[in-house]
Amino acid sequence: MRNIWIICRKELRSYFVSPIGYILLVTFAVIAGFFFWTIVNGVLQVTMEAQMEGEPYPMNINEQIIRPLLLNLSVIQLLLIPLITMRLFAEEKRTGTIELLVTSPITDTEVILGKWLAAVLMYSCMLLTVVLDMLFLFKYGQAAWKPLAVGCLGMLLQAGGLLAIGTFISSLTRNQIIAGAVTFGACLLLFVMGWVSAYDGATWATVLSYLSLNSHFESFAKGVIDTKDVIYDVTVIFVGLFFTARSMESLRWRS
Amino acid sequence: MITVKGLTKRYARNTAVDHISFEVQKGQIVGFLGPNGAGKTTTMRMLTCFLTPTGGAATVAGFDILEQPLEVKKRIGYLPETPPVYPEMRVGEYLSFVGQLKGLSRSDLESRVGYACERCSVADVRNKLIGKLSKGYRQRVGLAQAIIHNPDVLILDEPTAGLDPKQINETRDLIKSLAGDRTIILSTHILPEVSQTCEQVIIINKGKIVATDSVSNLQHRARSGESVLVEVAGRNGSLDPAAVQRKLEQIAGVNRVIPKADGQKRAIFEVESGQSQSIRGDVARAVVESGWDLNELRAASMSLEEVFLQLTGTETPAEMEAVAAGGQKE
Repeated sequence: MRNIWIICRKELRSYFVSPIGYILLVTFAVIAGFFFWTIVNGVLQVTMEAQMEGEPYPMNINEQIIRPLLLNLSVIQLLLIPLITMRLFAEEKRTGTIELLVTSPITDTEVILGKWLAAVLMYSCMLLTVVLDMLFLFKYGQAAWKPLAVGCLGMLLQAGGLLAIGTFISSLTRNQIIAGAVTFGACLLLFVMGWVSAYDGATWATVLSYLSLNSHFESFAKGVIDTKDVIYDVTVIFVGLFFTARSMESLRWRS
Repeated sequence: MITVKGLTKRYARNTAVDHISFEVQKGQIVGFLGPNGAGKTTTMRMLTCFLTPTGGAATVAGFDILEQPLEVKKRIGYLPETPPVYPEMRVGEYLSFVGQLKGLSRSDLESRVGYACERCSVADVRNKLIGKLSKGYRQRVGLAQAIIHNPDVLILDEPTAGLDPKQINETRDLIKSLAGDRTIILSTHILPEVSQTCEQVIIINKGKIVATDSVSNLQHRARSGESVLVEVAGRNGSLDPAAVQRKLEQIAGVNRVIPKADGQKRAIFEVESGQSQSIRGDVARAVVESGWDLNELRAASMSLEEVFLQLTGTETPAEMEAVAAGGQKE
């Protein structure tokens, strides 16, 4: 446990001593803020028009603002997650510091978990900027906090899976750009592959759509925890980290 | 302290390390010597549990590198060829990070970081970013990192590579001062380094050990056969070097006569004998009796360089000089 934390702290530090941490935070905050603003504006427009016509529009902040915002952000994060994970192992392999980690009295699992945890914490900081936006909804409206919390949990779980995949891909190369590009491709593919079931009812299409990311986020966005979705996300996390461990093991045979 | 038995590392197409076995006693400084690509780094990486051997076994401080890697790692300080430093960290931060990685307790950490800084003379740059340090300082930070947890065994991969001559001397002194009861293995392809720092040498070439001995024994071994340099001059101003060579070859006990330089008036030969008794008298007599002048006659002792080249079977010193001279011209 202590070793995981040592690695995690070092990784977190390196996000914030380089510009990358701040760039990620600002980018995510700006994009999330933009979506928040357009969605809130749209909802206000509709309610105002409805009021002028004399038929008050039933407002539900969670349904009309938080849910679409989270759905949008679950797409935006596909672009940002590769930037969080690409350097995790690739950089250590390029500069040779991986040799220090591997020859220190800590296990591979501790190294991997520490790095992944740092990525998850980095992502949580980004998510926090969105939560700040949402605080306005609590101040000026009657939002329910439980669906919001579930939505954030869903975002975290889904990102956790993508970050695990990114960690794995980063461990395969010593080039950050390659790691980033491949991770982006993998994330996007995982997201869109469910679309086939819209045109095709065959079994394989159903399977693909089940494996796809977006089919497992909708309930979370609604504020519903579905065990099926939790199991899916946890499985992705586990598989990603498991493959990272195998990849680190292979380093001992190849390099 | 370190026992290696039949250690082998095979890759898809080549064998980097081929059944090497050796032992290192506690407190010894051992030099791993060999041309580039001989398998030095691979061997060290296997001992530090960075690479898994394909075959064979090794123990460090009584722990098997395959069975108890964590115990082995606790007892080894390792400096890879490029110091494993994070450029965005400050020296002090970096050392305490490594200290924590190596399992130092919070109470020891501060004093060990101070000690390592002091020993490796990096105390003056403790608050500087590693990325801004010179190569020499970075190397010393690498050394500080290796000794931070007071390991029983130090494994240093080319600790002086890329340093300027002054820094090389400082690093060598530092390594010697770190010895004490520590066991040190260092690799190098520079010979004087071995004769200056190490007690024991392991010469390795193409993945195999070609010699294991103490430095003085190796030098002695090189001199077992005598080798003399003779300079011969013709009395009446002209000389037939081929005739001189033939004459020298006829002397009993001579293995080989190598012409070193020849000209119209004088020629230099290196005469090698396999015998332990001196052939200098015979050589002198043969030259004078044939009516030539003997300008110079001296024993040519083999330098460690020549032993190394003889054992690893690469270029002769003359060829190396030619290469070096060619390199300088360019």
